[in-house]
Amino acid sequence: MMRVYVEGIGLLGPGLDGWLTGRAVLAGEAAYVAAPTNLRASDMLPAAERRRAGVPIKLALAVGQEAFLHAARETKSASTVFTSSGGDNDNVHAINNILATAPREVSPTRFHNSVHNAAAGYWCIAAGSHEPSTSLCAYDASFPAGLLESATQVTVDDAVVVLIAYDHPYPEPLNAVRPISAAFGTALILTPRQTEKSLASIEVEFVSGNAQETTMQDAGLEALRCGVPAARALPLLAALAGGKEAQLSIAYFSDNHLSVRVKPC
Amino acid sequence: MEALRTRRSGLIPCAFEDVDLETYIAKIEALDAIRVRSDLSAYDCRNNRLAQLCLEQDGFEDAVAAAKTKYGAKRIGVFLGTSTSGILQTELAYRHLDAQTGALPPDFQYAETQNSNSLAGFVSHYLGLTGPAFVVSSACSSSAKVFANAVRMMAAGVCDAAVVGGVDSLCLSTLYGFNSLGLVSRFPCRPYDAERDGISVGEGAGFVLLERATAANSANAMLLLGVGESSDAHHMSTPHPEGLGAIMAMQRALDSAGLQASDIDYINLHGTATKSNDASEGKAVADVFGTRVACSSTKGWTGHLLGAAGITEAIIALQAVEHGFVPGSVNTRQLDPGIAIDYRIENGSGQINRVLSNSFGFGGSNCSLVLGRQA
Repeated sequence: MMRVYVEGIGLLGPGLDGWLTGRAVLAGEAAYVAAPTNLRASDMLPAAERRRAGVPIKLALAVGQEAFLHAARETKSASTVFTSSGGDNDNVHAINNILATAPREVSPTRFHNSVHNAAAGYWCIAAGSHEPSTSLCAYDASFPAGLLESATQVTVDDAVVVLIAYDHPYPEPLNAVRPISAAFGTALILTPRQTEKSLASIEVEFVSGNAQETTMQDAGLEALRCGVPAARALPLLAALAGGKEAQLSIAYFSDNHLSVRVKPC
Repeated sequence: MEALRTRRSGLIPCAFEDVDLETYIAKIEALDAIRVRSDLSAYDCRNNRLAQLCLEQDGFEDAVAAAKTKYGAKRIGVFLGTSTSGILQTELAYRHLDAQTGALPPDFQYAETQNSNSLAGFVSHYLGLTGPAFVVSSACSSSAKVFANAVRMMAAGVCDAAVVGGVDSLCLSTLYGFNSLGLVSRFPCRPYDAERDGISVGEGAGFVLLERATAANSANAMLLLGVGESSDAHHMSTPHPEGLGAIMAMQRALDSAGLQASDIDYINLHGTATKSNDASEGKAVADVFGTRVACSSTKGWTGHLLGAAGITEAIIALQAVEHGFVPGSVNTRQLDPGIAIDYRIENGSGQINRVLSNSFGFGGSNCSLVLGRQA
């Protein structure tokens, strides 16, 4: 079992426009009303980079920036763990279209934005961070993989880590074979020790065998949890929003899961 | 090892699919004829065929089977690097979209081929492992960084052993993409040459089984002595001109190994043979090591294996230690006079106890490994 402390939270999804408003919805204090994700370019980036930023970069920077503001912590001081089932799915579609027809002129920007760690690269430039950064993919388990990796970095390396998870829909025809229902991102700043800003502790354990997943009570939020890999974070975010002790189960692959215990500080 | 000793490069003029670029590539011809194991046929694609071909080499499956007996399948993690996974399947499928509906061909398997996690899923199933698994995809540092993931997972008690590695296979995205950046050479790549003009794209794979080092098992074993990771925070596709991120990665790797620069006997450079990488890395190595340590890039043999570069060069580093062998640099003729390091063109030999291996990627993602024997 690994124990880490949550110091800041970022959230951006359909009808969840930031942690401040999203917290009340996830705590059940306000009704969930689905609405298109309010994507915007980040003011963290220089103008040239801002123009080149696709949806994942907008998601990652928005939730990362919110989490650091929440924690009142400098962005350059934290290690980063990015996790996503895909990368820039619009860009992958465009590159495949370009490669299917002559002339195969993939632009340099399209190419360097096609790497899975593009969001990490833009974040480190925007945040001025030279700290270790990793970019993970575990298909539907990308969020629990990121949480597990972050927890090991916090506890083993004694590091402050920001976990940034994001996913967004593919255009057709890939949408038909990999439907992702909305653009969704979340960020958690995790520390090895309790600070005066700690919101809660999270105990994370990787457990063999499948388990009954913790679901969302609200039908709209449950559809979001099931429809976007990164939104598998919702039960954890709801527990943090509720401010009460909670025991959660997040599916990993078919034969293992994460057991997560949340205790408010 | 034989190819290293005889300086036999794997680079050949590009003949892959209908790619119309004048360049050299490293291509594994056997992949066209291979199919993945029949119970995993949904995973069949060039990248997973290459993974399977590699898993079949050198008694690796037997070593994993022994580890399963010792630790249990659920206590062995799988942490693998790839940059493009099975994207070739998607590239080819986009040529055969349904004329009416625009749909992908009905036999297209997204999760098992295109998705980056395809590799970790395939290898976990192939080896029958059920411990924690994921793919690290940080471009060309991916399969070096997986060593750090495995070390942390074992230290945290999440698993007792881990299969780490990486696989990347030829696809149009990388060939045309690197070409668009002007980073593809028309010649076999010439690392650290004064006239170097770009990379040769290659495909390759490597796997390493890691378990905890104990007093009992580490006396004569090959050890991962240290890992250092850093971020450039400079540019998406150009390294920091002074090698700032590279210096931090190398220094952190030495610190984590508890070693000094003078403890390193050989450096396997990232050495892609682009103007900017070799200049930046050369400055960084000169800053940390001066001219005291023999260095080379082995990409003249292998080409740039991208997401598999870290693991294949880590294995070359281990070979260097095992055989007391210092690889030189094939294709390199005239060293860049502006780079003040002890760069070796000719192969050499001697006592090699500790090797540092560099892997740097797009997005400014840097990783250095220290591998070798106990001090």
